[in-house]
Amino acid sequence: MYSKQIIERFKNPKNAGGLRGANGIGKVGNAACGDIMKMYLLVNEDGIIEQARFKTFGCCAAIASTDVACDLIKGKSVEEALKVTNKQVYEILGEMPAHKIHCSVLAEESIHAAVEDYYKRKEKESK
Amino acid sequence: MDRKVYLDNAATTFVSSEVLAEMLPCFNTIYGNANSLHGYGREASAIVDRARDRVATAIGAAKSNEIYFTSGGTEADNWAIKGIAHAYANKGKHIITSAIEHHAVLDACKQLEAEGYEVTYLPVDRNGLVDLASLIHEIRKDTTLISIMAVNNEVGTIQNIKAIAKIAHEYGVLFHTDAVQAIGSFRINVQDMEIDAMSMSAHKIYGPKGVGALYLKNGVRIDPLIAGGNQERAKRGGTTNVAGVAGFGKAIEIAVRDMTINQQKLRQIREYFVGKVTDRIPYIQVNGHPHQKVNSIVNISFEMIEGESILMLLDLDGIAVSTASACTSNSLEPSHVLRAMQIPDEIAQGSIRFSFGKNTTKSDIDYVVDSLEKAVDQLRSISPITKAGRK
Repeated sequence: MYSKQIIERFKNPKNAGGLRGANGIGKVGNAACGDIMKMYLLVNEDGIIEQARFKTFGCCAAIASTDVACDLIKGKSVEEALKVTNKQVYEILGEMPAHKIHCSVLAEESIHAAVEDYYKRKEKESK
Repeated sequence: MDRKVYLDNAATTFVSSEVLAEMLPCFNTIYGNANSLHGYGREASAIVDRARDRVATAIGAAKSNEIYFTSGGTEADNWAIKGIAHAYANKGKHIITSAIEHHAVLDACKQLEAEGYEVTYLPVDRNGLVDLASLIHEIRKDTTLISIMAVNNEVGTIQNIKAIAKIAHEYGVLFHTDAVQAIGSFRINVQDMEIDAMSMSAHKIYGPKGVGALYLKNGVRIDPLIAGGNQERAKRGGTTNVAGVAGFGKAIEIAVRDMTINQQKLRQIREYFVGKVTDRIPYIQVNGHPHQKVNSIVNISFEMIEGESILMLLDLDGIAVSTASACTSNSLEPSHVLRAMQIPDEIAQGSIRFSFGKNTTKSDIDYVVDSLEKAVDQLRSISPITKAGRK
């Protein structure tokens, strides 16, 4: 059912856990459909994502997708991060069961939610 | 990943050696068609007869001809529901079942609804028991059939089958039960329990897959589901699966013969497992009735994490369990059974069914609980759902 890449990411996620000092935090999904993803970003003064970590309640595909999403946005500017798509996520993960594609979509949404939070915080600061 | 532990016996069991020995000659020695008139046929027919007697004896049927062999529990359920509903359509088109039935029953009911029948799905309480008062309340003049499972396959709750059958008969309604998970767990006597129709399956009791039976009390009418021959008293077409039937007959005979010893063992395993898990893992809840349940099934919700990810981590350690949530069936909805028991979605999503078999040992349980504790810790450490004071 799952590709080797998904199983490997699920077993040993590289970016799992919270992030002290995160200045952009996004949460998407709900328990009823079985997935909740929380993305933590540490963005530096130049708008570059220095660190990205996640916490996920969900299946293997959900955990693997958020882990990959973190990799995809690290070192990028927040504007670039917004361009990351779910397609990039599932391409890295190899074959993904059709009913699990929504996990990669959720991972993309979690990036957007975290960046949005970052913008909001910045706006508040500048006021 | 050397060690392997199979705790998914409610999904299917291995075929026991006694059963296999009973089946093997039917593949290449006694291979006649049980319906042929010649010697080969009569030989096969004798095997089928003996299997039918064994099934009838095991469930206390009045006569062996009340046993109709099918391709399994799903066919027996489909046949009972649709066949009885159709045969009694002139009396009425209302059926009562419960919200926690197996999909073989629920989907057959859905088909009848599409044909213009009305179906009432009885609610259950938090322990998974059907409420008898609401059953009585729902019976109507045009109700022809009540179908309630004997044992729920996800949480193991045992229904009050005899009481439900008595209520049905007081109102002149027929009673069917899906007993697929009940055979071998407690003594079933269809006459004493006043059961009119009962579905059974071989592969949950160390028999082969693809064979089961419907018990149908003589005098109860049923329309055939499968046309195409005069097999099974002209009610179920198709060449008899002689090897399968022989295996089923032997399996159910053994299930009844060894019931006491198996249940004693399973009860110990169950208590050992639940005790250990409760001691070692916080924030769990055991689903199902506290005591009116089978020994072989334990359903546990692990809070703050999701069931499929627990299943996969256990699988990486060679342990087979099942998610009560429907992830495995490619649906995102939590289990219909846990929903009906009013278990909140986020807790239902973290549910795992452990089902023990007659070969499960305490050492298996030790291995599983170690792996489980590790898996739960790992997943909770990356869960966005938190609880004050959690480990």
